[in-house]
Amino acid sequence: MSTALRAQELSVALGGTPVLHGVSVDLQPGWTAIVGPNGAGKSTLLRALAGLLPRQGGQVWLQGRPLDDWSARERARRIAWLAQQGQAQGDLTVREVVQLGRLPHQGLFGAPGPGDEREVDAAMQATECDAWQHRRLQQLSGGERQRCLLARALAVRAPVLLLDEPTTHLDPPHQVAVVRLLQGLARQGTVASVLHDLPLALQADRVLLMQAGRVVAAGAHDDPALHAALCAVFDHAVDIQRIGSRFIALPRLG
Amino acid sequence: MTQHRRRRLLLVLAAASGVLLLAGLVAGGDGWSWAGFTQLLQGPDAGLIVGQIRAPRSLGAWLTGALLGLAGALAQGLFRNPLADPFLLGSASGASLAVVVVLAAGALASQAVLPAAGFLSRVGLVAAAFVGALGGVLLTLMLARGAQHTLRLLLAGVVVGVVLTAVSDLLTLAAPEALRGRQVFMLGSTGFLGWDSCLLLASGLALTLPTAQRLSRTLDALVLGEDSARSLGLALPQLRLVLVCLLAAATGLAVSQAGLVAFVGLAAPHLVRRYAPGAHGYTLLASAAAGGVLLLAADVAARTLIAPQELPVGVLTAVFGGIYLLLLLNRQRDS
Repeated sequence: MSTALRAQELSVALGGTPVLHGVSVDLQPGWTAIVGPNGAGKSTLLRALAGLLPRQGGQVWLQGRPLDDWSARERARRIAWLAQQGQAQGDLTVREVVQLGRLPHQGLFGAPGPGDEREVDAAMQATECDAWQHRRLQQLSGGERQRCLLARALAVRAPVLLLDEPTTHLDPPHQVAVVRLLQGLARQGTVASVLHDLPLALQADRVLLMQAGRVVAAGAHDDPALHAALCAVFDHAVDIQRIGSRFIALPRLG
Repeated sequence: MTQHRRRRLLLVLAAASGVLLLAGLVAGGDGWSWAGFTQLLQGPDAGLIVGQIRAPRSLGAWLTGALLGLAGALAQGLFRNPLADPFLLGSASGASLAVVVVLAAGALASQAVLPAAGFLSRVGLVAAAFVGALGGVLLTLMLARGAQHTLRLLLAGVVVGVVLTAVSDLLTLAAPEALRGRQVFMLGSTGFLGWDSCLLLASGLALTLPTAQRLSRTLDALVLGEDSARSLGLALPQLRLVLVCLLAAATGLAVSQAGLVAFVGLAAPHLVRRYAPGAHGYTLLASAAAGGVLLLAADVAARTLIAPQELPVGVLTAVFGGIYLLLLLNRQRDS
């Protein structure tokens, strides 16, 4: 299976403090969930894979070519990135925010064409935010804002989607909807998402477990070795149980 | 609904601009007098008073306000802060220092204290203010090592503002003759605007507004945060530098022609966003129009409130701006 995004011996420091220590990952087509305790370096890994952070060491390849060899616009057409929520604010309407996802295709001076508007409509329908597309970003609840920003990332129509906590602030029905959406997108491309919710992460095709800036385990969602590593990394505070064909993680209480 | 409000605001601003420009022609030393105005038009001084004084002054006030409104919208978009002001990056203190240098040089030249003072005193105040404003921003950019980091840029702007103001104070102490000129400059005035000024201001607006609008999607993308904007393929350091240059040019031009007119750059984008918020392409245009209307209204009021005496327009904008901010503060407290 071809690797869409590959990192080898990736080292990144934030404010002089090393955060990633020689991380190597292969993101293949399908959905990869990145999990780990707070401060494990999950979001930093995602930002480094998107080319948004300077690397201290190592290399990232996008579709077999070093990430630095792509122009910023070429890269933006191939990697869509969703930030952790909390940064977006302002007067733009939902539709105007989602339209920004077409910037890598139009360029700064280009005008949106009918094709762009179709992609914007499709992205808003996929995240169910088309009904309130004329509301402003600051008028939205946390969950609505998250769906709007996810639609912005989807509107890029990039083959690689990097999503930092896409289910944050969502209620259970919308969490399920996003998981189904990611599963659908993973059939056509490569999706990597940082998730704090282990039951949702175990719905992904593969799970990457991080701790202290290193990848400590990686495997399919039904891999017993991965389950053992998850229990160990989370101080045996979770239990992995099988329900039908899927696995779920439950907090171990008492 | 949103589009409708945006269109309506632009129409209201266009109509207000027209009415105020007419009011600017009528308003004179005897306050509001239509009869006096028609009499003036029939007299021999109509060409001079209306054509050479009131008309360029009114148009110049609108253009200066438009440049400040545009600069304010640019600053607030760039810094993602609704309280950002066009003078944040050191342009005001730079222009003020340059004006004091020229005024002090004039005083020192007459006393033959400094050999270079003679040359400096021949530099026009307008040119000095423009160069000083740009110099202040350039110094800020150098201290911040470019426009890449917003916080560093803001801090550098504060440092430049404080230091250049201190140097101005020192120079004023050395040459007290410069104090009065400096005071006039700091208060802001539309009284010296002629057709030459209008031509300069209009050229500046015609250059900066469309360019800023072309780049406005950068400001839209920045709404999502720095990383998201970069992930969309935008070369943020370069684009931000261009936007800072546009901000500096608009502010420098306005300051060089009318001195430090307070609050217009802060209030115009605020008013636009309160009534009809929107993407930056629209906000820049509407803020420029709102800035023009605000300053022209203040100019007409300054001429007529205590006619035949005239108030410095900067004092009026500062008072109105202060009241507006207080109202805003109260409304926020209530909500």
